[in-house]
Amino acid sequence: MNAQHLAAYTTSTGEAFQFWVLGTIAVIGALCTVFMKKAVHSALCLAGTMIILAIFYLANGAYFLGIVQIVVYTGAIMMLFLFVVMLVGVTAADSLKETIKGQRWLALLCGVGFGVLLFAGIGNASLKEFNGTGQANANGNVEGLASLIFTKYVFAFEITGALLITAAVGAMVLTHRERTERAKTQRELSEQRIREGRHVPPLPAPGVYARHNAVDIAGLLPDGTPSELTVSKTLRERGQIRDVSTEALNDLRALEQRAEERLERTAIEPETFKRPEEASK
Amino acid sequence: MNPVNYLYLAALLFTIGATGVLIRRNAIVVFMCIELMLNACNLAFVAFSRMHGNLDGQIIAFFTMVVAAAEVVVGLAIIVSLFRTRHSASVDDASLMKL
Repeated sequence: MNAQHLAAYTTSTGEAFQFWVLGTIAVIGALCTVFMKKAVHSALCLAGTMIILAIFYLANGAYFLGIVQIVVYTGAIMMLFLFVVMLVGVTAADSLKETIKGQRWLALLCGVGFGVLLFAGIGNASLKEFNGTGQANANGNVEGLASLIFTKYVFAFEITGALLITAAVGAMVLTHRERTERAKTQRELSEQRIREGRHVPPLPAPGVYARHNAVDIAGLLPDGTPSELTVSKTLRERGQIRDVSTEALNDLRALEQRAEERLERTAIEPETFKRPEEASK
Repeated sequence: MNPVNYLYLAALLFTIGATGVLIRRNAIVVFMCIELMLNACNLAFVAFSRMHGNLDGQIIAFFTMVVAAAEVVVGLAIIVSLFRTRHSASVDDASLMKL
């Protein structure tokens, strides 16, 4: 039997059905990867697309690659992505403001043009029949790949090993930070606080008594303005402080007004309270 | 269905990935789009391997995966060190070659 005899023109109906259903999901996943606002959602959509690609590899007779795709891509690479997303900050959403005018539309135009070019290229090629991997996989897919890797591609394989070692060392060099000074102990920190004379007692607690006691709500000073000191440094840097001062002061104002009405006095100031900077705008 | 449809799917995924690289400005998402493009190439290689009836295409796809793994490790390390110095993962902020 020669290769010409083995050539086929169509795949089975089951595979066609699988292709159209899973292919649609893969394209939707890819689009979600591009257009989701948060990096976490993008990463999860991309993981779904990669799993579907693994199924396509299996359907194409690349059994080893299908398993490697799931283990390496969805198992290792996507988890690495998720770790970095967690490290960099889940809340750091992408700003959707355009910095270069018309860049988005130009990019879409470029993408569509590129797609048309690729599709036209594939459509022009004469790809009516295919051989199938049946003969190549006759002795097993893994065995066939191994015999090729260790004979014809052995030099590339060796270089790949060198590349992986270089990448591991490079990642360590890039992310390693040498401590140039010793971290201060608790005793030294307290001594430093006493010596400087600022905030000798512990920092004030967050929250407004009897109303809100969450950690992200700044405590109010006697004049009603929120105190930044009460919220932890991490939340302060992320800008996640909830300010309830205007709300609390409006409540207080309403309470006073009601009390005055009850005591049949005239209200001092009927308008609602506004923060000084808001009122000045 | 002819396996050439896998090539069309690979071309579509590659195009989506390339557009994403051009549109998005979060470095991590840009990186994910690059991964999508690499995966699309792998799908094309596997489909070619089936069409030709030999395993060379699968070998190339395998090497692509190894290179992609190395690339992701170094790229994410660069993003982490950029984030440490600039407190942002936007590619607009990283306009200088120095940190």
